[in-house]
Amino acid sequence: MNTAVQLRRPNETGVPDPFQYMHPLMIKNYGAWAWHDRPRPGVLHHVAKNGDEIWTVRAGTQRQMDVFTIRKLCDIADQFAEGHVRFTTRSNIEFMVSAAEKVQPLIDALQGAGFPIGGTGNSVSMISHTQGWLHCDIPGTDASGVVKSLMDMMYQEFITEEMPNRTRITTSCCQINCGGQGDISINVQYTKPPKINHDLVSKVCERPAVVARCPVAAIRPAMVEGKPSLEVDEQKCVCCGACYPPCPPMQINGADSTKIAIWVGGKHSNARSKPTFHKLVVANLPNNPPRWPEVEEAVKTILYAYKEHGRDFERLGEWIDRIGWPRFFEVTGFAFTKHHLDTWTGARKTMNMSAHVHF
Amino acid sequence: MSDDKITHENGGADHVGKNVNAQHPTPMLDELESGPWPSFVTGLKRLRDAGDKQYAPMMNDLLGQLEHSYEERLGYWKGGTVSVFGYGGGVIPRFSEVASQYPASKEFHTLRVQPPAGMHYDTDILRKLCDIWERHGSGLIAFHGQSGDIMFQGCTTENVQKAFDELNEVGFDLGGAGPALRTSMSCVGHARCEMSCYDEVKAHRSVINEFLDEMHRPALPYKFKFKFSGCGNDCVNAVHRADFAVIGTWRDDMKVNQEEVKAYVAEAGRKYTIDHVIAMCPTRALSLNDDDTLDVDNKSCVRCMHCINVMNKALAPGDDRGASILMGGKRALKVGDLMGTMIIPFIKLESDEDYENLVALARRMLEFFADNALEHERVGETMDRIGLPAFLEAVGIEPDPNMVNHPRTSCYVRTDDFTDEAEKYFERKAREAGLNIAAE
Repeated sequence: MNTAVQLRRPNETGVPDPFQYMHPLMIKNYGAWAWHDRPRPGVLHHVAKNGDEIWTVRAGTQRQMDVFTIRKLCDIADQFAEGHVRFTTRSNIEFMVSAAEKVQPLIDALQGAGFPIGGTGNSVSMISHTQGWLHCDIPGTDASGVVKSLMDMMYQEFITEEMPNRTRITTSCCQINCGGQGDISINVQYTKPPKINHDLVSKVCERPAVVARCPVAAIRPAMVEGKPSLEVDEQKCVCCGACYPPCPPMQINGADSTKIAIWVGGKHSNARSKPTFHKLVVANLPNNPPRWPEVEEAVKTILYAYKEHGRDFERLGEWIDRIGWPRFFEVTGFAFTKHHLDTWTGARKTMNMSAHVHF
Repeated sequence: MSDDKITHENGGADHVGKNVNAQHPTPMLDELESGPWPSFVTGLKRLRDAGDKQYAPMMNDLLGQLEHSYEERLGYWKGGTVSVFGYGGGVIPRFSEVASQYPASKEFHTLRVQPPAGMHYDTDILRKLCDIWERHGSGLIAFHGQSGDIMFQGCTTENVQKAFDELNEVGFDLGGAGPALRTSMSCVGHARCEMSCYDEVKAHRSVINEFLDEMHRPALPYKFKFKFSGCGNDCVNAVHRADFAVIGTWRDDMKVNQEEVKAYVAEAGRKYTIDHVIAMCPTRALSLNDDDTLDVDNKSCVRCMHCINVMNKALAPGDDRGASILMGGKRALKVGDLMGTMIIPFIKLESDEDYENLVALARRMLEFFADNALEHERVGETMDRIGLPAFLEAVGIEPDPNMVNHPRTSCYVRTDDFTDEAEKYFERKAREAGLNIAAE
């Protein structure tokens, strides 16, 4: 003990107090805002009950930022804004200023440094996404690369407000779907049962816990070549990948078998319709780095069908609710297959229990 | 688990901090530098090329491993156990499975750090965070992860404690990981939004900072997430992603400024207003009068926010404000997707005592979860497993018709004590109406 390094005890400070960092006008008018408008895409203008005004300029970022990018954003905030920023849920950065004439120079500075201005109102905002090959221990694909490719393709829709309503897109690099629900969700879909390295299972995995993880009870303890291991009933297996995180020797990923599926109609806002889960459109798209062109093409098809046919304020899922799924598959040109029929708990509730049909 | 090699390689233990490799070629990643959206690859390269910085070799090998993933279409990180003194969670350990080829990034752990409520920063604190991470980490920071954490990505085992100590000194603390209370998020709310129905900062900090022990020393059956949205627009995705979603609402009539309604109609046009505001009300609670003023049937209004979003100068939430609490939202594993379910239609959030009530409610739910959930079960799954009536009884909440889309359709139920339960309901209603109950 006498030579042991004295370790510092943590100070359990928890959630930091934001008031020490907040723009003074936000502190002054905390809880007392009256209304807002959007002078142009990427700019919000809020008016408080006492007449105070604040302008917000929203810019897209790559989320995974090097310190040089962050310092560049700070330089812009110090020079062209008032030193206070905040981030949105979707990794956009917001700069708050107290005068309308500060908005344009701030926009110019951000654009000059390569940060797009937008993501407000009925635009396509930044994609909320996961870690992918950069940092995750179970990823089927990369996240940042898919997002970069898609945001390049949808750049115009970020910097303008021309969609029927806000469009929220997510990507996820495994079926756990950390990216969450979205108007359009681009998610890894495994297509083959796990490949098991029986030499390692008993050393690495807590076998009862792995058995318990399986949603379809397809995993059984077994002796394989004289070693205690696990086996998978491949007829039952739904290839969800739940066994892989607690048991890495049950490799669910394959360079060719890991595919990508696209889902539509997720929504968490309560506006108009209740929140909804996203639904399958197309599966088995190839996992094709560095630009995932097949995914890009499919997303583009859905996005622009919605842009063309959706009415003002209809979210993507609400547009489909109005026109019906047959018409959705017709206008987007995707196949409707047996795999679109739900087979999980509560599947009957997803069926059309009526004589209502679209022709 | 951290000692087990999934692939067999020599870990190359002595290479950390030395640039033993020339620059790895990254032809595939290079393709992600073109195009108008900011490129994370360009950022990674800036760190790689940062001359004498301690992280430059690490980032060279990190880029090499990432390129390798792009070529092979497989990931090469595995987990393990790394933490800081006094805590059991908050660090996401990553050890490379291809460390012999990329030794400088063989350890690439993430520190999950809780953001200030509402994700407000000033440039001074952001620069401090950058400086700390430049000294001890990779120089790569994500604002923010899907649970709301600032993710300080890329740190050796040895440097985790040093980085945390300095982050902690400037007022930041580790977030949640593993079977623990997780990092929380709140929307911009009161700070810059006229829709906000309660003080999100106060709710977020009161609740989370009360239960930090559950965050820093994981001992729950599985993860538990709180999220705080100021209104039904739910800008932090609480309904899908939180075990305990706090969503702002109001109980009295929405506020209508009829002059502003007229001004809106004059500008947008009658047909547009009828088609896009009146007709889009989910409960047909709105009607446009002949003089272009608005009729609101507040008893039918469900606080969906649509009309207020569209006509935010004319319409506003009422004055009797608080929140609805929805519980059990989660993604697929294991029983399938669950949407948060209405458990408390209204909790008043105004006085200090109201916020203490919210914290007490949070405690009750956390305790229920800790005592009753199975290993690796989210609270929504527990609720499904035991059924809503048993859950409500366990946490002492009375059934409310706001909890359901409609009453049961299945006749498989024992109703022996239906009359007693109905009595309780009428007594409760009478008490709420301020009447004296004979039995008392």
